[in-house]
Amino acid sequence: MGISTESQFHVLAVDDSLIDRKLIERLLKTSSYQVTTVDSGTKALEFLGVHEDDQSNPDIPSVSPNTHQEVEVNLIITDYCMPGMTGYDLLRKIKESSSLRNIPVVIMSSENVPSRISRCLEEGAEEFFLKPVRLSDVNRLRPHIMKTKPKDQQEDKQENKEEELGKPEFQSREEKEEQQQQQQHHHLQHQHSNSNKRKALEEGLSPDRTRPRYNNGLTTVV
Amino acid sequence: MDSVVQLQKQLVDYIASLFHEGFLDEQFNQLQQLQDESNPDFVVEVVSLFFEDSERLLNELAKALEQKTIDFRKVDAHVHQFKGSSSSIGAHRVQKVCIAFRNYCEEQNVEGCLKCLQQVKHEYSLVRNKLETLFQLEKQIIAAGGSLPAT
Repeated sequence: MGISTESQFHVLAVDDSLIDRKLIERLLKTSSYQVTTVDSGTKALEFLGVHEDDQSNPDIPSVSPNTHQEVEVNLIITDYCMPGMTGYDLLRKIKESSSLRNIPVVIMSSENVPSRISRCLEEGAEEFFLKPVRLSDVNRLRPHIMKTKPKDQQEDKQENKEEELGKPEFQSREEKEEQQQQQQHHHLQHQHSNSNKRKALEEGLSPDRTRPRYNNGLTTVV
Repeated sequence: MDSVVQLQKQLVDYIASLFHEGFLDEQFNQLQQLQDESNPDFVVEVVSLFFEDSERLLNELAKALEQKTIDFRKVDAHVHQFKGSSSSIGAHRVQKVCIAFRNYCEEQNVEGCLKCLQQVKHEYSLVRNKLETLFQLEKQIIAAGGSLPAT
């Protein structure tokens, strides 16, 4: 793949709202990610090289039905509520695809619905962000993106190592690691305080806990 | 350069009042923080998109509520969009009306919906005026050779 230590990670953002696409693009670019935005799950799958039907989209360059992925995507962040294919549908399709299932997926939603959140996490989403998404949320993407690169640098690798030690077996990397880490996420939440959205869900606390800023209305959680 | 300093103070005070009166919330700050030398017009661009989108949604809402048989799911879908976009730019009062609006949709309450449509139109035009004034102030500062105060 010819990756240098300076290479950028590429995020595919999916949202039917133009305003939100502009926002997420800016947030991601500010964090030095390469960004592609599309306005539907169908277009996302086309971009990823998966063809739902025989229609070809002239706006998507170089998508070949014979290649799994034309462009490497390191993370997919998608809105939940979209007409046609929802973010959840897209998540499922990605996890069902042998070529795509290792790509971390993050779901965004303007609505705090615990059953929705847990359904997405159980289906394999790494995180669930409440909208409007902020820079502090985007900062949480890094560990998930770093997981996909075997030759990791700095502290994120150590964090992964700590998680691995808790596992009974980790001889095969990549796929098995991904699956286990996804399953472990629920357990990890009790130990890691960073994903307070899911923690609130599991502890059955009021949804307000997922947006700390409502408590004092002043500070931003970073 | 006294006039620049004066304008800058005016701007800071104006923005503070918009927050104080609930027209804008923290999300607007977030937008401003995403603006920098490489993206100097980011806030204006996003807000302009919001204006366009809102006009469209208000038209759709008016049309949908004029129907003999109202499709509340359609109305709700539009309000949901409006709630999302207003939340994304920090238009707090618009967002609040949208929340009430959705409740009326759920109840299939025509009167409530019509009332909310008027309210959301009103709040939208208020925040639009405020934001346009804000952008005007910023333009004046830049034209006078000043820079925008850091948020």
